[in-house]
Amino acid sequence: MGLTYQSTGTLTTREAFNVPASDNQPVIALAGNPNTGKSTVFNALTGLRQHTGNWPGKTVLQTKGTFIHNGRKYTLVDLPGTYSLLANSIDEQVARDFICFAQPEATIVVVDATCLERNLNLALQVIEITNRVVLCVNLMDEARRKQLRIEINGLSKALGIPVVATAARSKEGLPELLDITCKVVSKQLEPNPKAVRYSPEVEEAISRLEPQIKALFGNSINPRWVALRLLDGDMNLIKNLKKYHHRERIKAAREAFA
Amino acid sequence: MSSQISLNNLVEEAQRLTGSRQNEIRDSIVKSIYSTAENIAANTVSSKIERKTNWDRKIDNVLTSPVWGFPIMFGLLALVFWVTITGANIPSAMLAEGLFWIEARLTDFFLAMDAPSWLHGFLVLGVYRSLAWVVSVMLPPMAIFFPIFTLLEDLGYLPRVAFNLDRFFKKAGAHGKQALTMSMGFGCNAAGIIACRVIDSPRERLIATLTNVFVPCNGRFPTLIALATIFISGSVSLSVSSTLATLSVAGLVVLGIAITLLVSWLLSNTLLKGETSLFTLELPPYRKPQVGQVIIRSVLDRTVFVLTRAMLIAAPAGGIIWLLANTYTGDTSILSVIAGWLDPFARHMGLDGFILTAFILGLPANEIVFPILIMSYVSGSAMMEPASLAALRQLLVDGHGWTWLTALCTMIFVLCHWPCGTTLLTIQREQHKGRWTVLAAIIPTVTGILLCTFVNYLVRGLGLI
Repeated sequence: MGLTYQSTGTLTTREAFNVPASDNQPVIALAGNPNTGKSTVFNALTGLRQHTGNWPGKTVLQTKGTFIHNGRKYTLVDLPGTYSLLANSIDEQVARDFICFAQPEATIVVVDATCLERNLNLALQVIEITNRVVLCVNLMDEARRKQLRIEINGLSKALGIPVVATAARSKEGLPELLDITCKVVSKQLEPNPKAVRYSPEVEEAISRLEPQIKALFGNSINPRWVALRLLDGDMNLIKNLKKYHHRERIKAAREAFA
Repeated sequence: MSSQISLNNLVEEAQRLTGSRQNEIRDSIVKSIYSTAENIAANTVSSKIERKTNWDRKIDNVLTSPVWGFPIMFGLLALVFWVTITGANIPSAMLAEGLFWIEARLTDFFLAMDAPSWLHGFLVLGVYRSLAWVVSVMLPPMAIFFPIFTLLEDLGYLPRVAFNLDRFFKKAGAHGKQALTMSMGFGCNAAGIIACRVIDSPRERLIATLTNVFVPCNGRFPTLIALATIFISGSVSLSVSSTLATLSVAGLVVLGIAITLLVSWLLSNTLLKGETSLFTLELPPYRKPQVGQVIIRSVLDRTVFVLTRAMLIAAPAGGIIWLLANTYTGDTSILSVIAGWLDPFARHMGLDGFILTAFILGLPANEIVFPILIMSYVSGSAMMEPASLAALRQLLVDGHGWTWLTALCTMIFVLCHWPCGTTLLTIQREQHKGRWTVLAAIIPTVTGILLCTFVNYLVRGLGLI
């Protein structure tokens, strides 16, 4: 673990996000639309007991907590609730930059079982950045009340990532969520997400850019995703790529001299 | 530097590939994501029943309708206060009775021990008595109010309030999300100010920060409710008085919102000019609150939290007040000197010197303003201690010449005065500039002074009192 931190430079990047990188405590990010019970999941996993309101925008900046599973300590970071990662707002930027640059060992995407379609947009965008994703289909109790049936296995196959059904308020499914997430962290489980297929024009452009991006950044960032952001002209990401990539280079240079 | 150059090259390459079709490509990317999500959901989600009536939307159409939205809001607000006020009366009286029975036993104990009278005065008449007041005046309203408020929050009603108020904030030149941060302020102004981070534009965030204190927080609600209850009940028949008390508290909250809007408008047209930004506000689905959980959490997180904070500050404050009231320079106690010095100014505002002193001493926490006031009225005076709420009312009216106007002006000043210490520290932390913190204290204080003075002279000028 320690080796990969240093070689990818995520160490300094994590510090920029207020997550101490000194210990090799794995970091798990919690992403999701507003009002999916993300904070309830966060509280249940970390044992925090603050009241969570039914309220969009309650988690303003990411909050973090820790939990212990099978004798190992993990840091859990609650990202602000967002509908997408296209960085239209500060919240979306914070969430995206964390997943992309702080590179958590696993990301749990919490979705609302009662409006899965809208929530899947975010999940699809997260699995474009990283493969280490677990989908948490929360509010299953509400879904049952509304007589909705969700095929968890089918969902898992369609997305190519592990899916866990939960009702965080009554702690239903949370032990399983923890188990699977920790398996993703330890790489006992390596999700293989299915990429979204774009129009032939976009796919063609991606295939042109991808090799060059790979040559430039190596494996530190998903080249297909960077290609997409370059194509939709996301200047913000380009700025951050320079910033974090630059930091990494300075650090590498310092280490070379030390 | 080579990587930076080639990153720039990549950007150029991408621009060359998209050409002038950047927007269309962006749309096409988003569309592909959406249709993928749609497909997956269509294949994995099935509903056993035909689409039921969309209750959420039907309820929303009423709760956020231009016609019914506001009456329902005011009605709910009034209902919450009414339940609190009528419900708090009896336990308040019982608590006061019990706690002052204990005080009498403590006094007996000190007498039996032959303890020096200053020690008995400081510990029993100062520290213990102020604690007893904090508990008996504040605990019952809090124990009823907070769970109900938390239930409304859990149900998902607050975003609807924000939705209703949104257009007013826009007209005031402020951000629509200020309606949310304001609603947070009802819980705690310091929390409301932290919540202002959801507003992206610095100008609008500052407006929201500077005006957050105009809605009464957890610490000030009990004071308002207690004042309304004590003062208005007893003067008229019970059912009339509780209605009056309810309306006065609900009216003050509406006044607070109106002042928030007015001051926001003033700020955005003078100091903080600029464009209003747009945003989307999602109305979350209504959820059945977990009643048990809500009651436990609101009692533990809010009631006990506020009460503990109040008691921690009230205990030393009570001791200090007793000392101030019983240390004499010449013929008068130090407390009377301070109060006497503030008195002429306070009279213009419809208050008296003791009331203003209590507000100043209450800077660390708004919760203790009223207990401090009772303490300073009682200690050092030859009057019997008020052992019930009716006696408390007598103390205020007969002992210190309170009228309904005094109560009204005090309630207005509770609504509009400097923020508590915690809130000021939070503003300083969030804005990093001393002048905004100072302004955050000056704006509500000046508003309060002007408003109290205006009401005082208006009522007297009209000969209503």
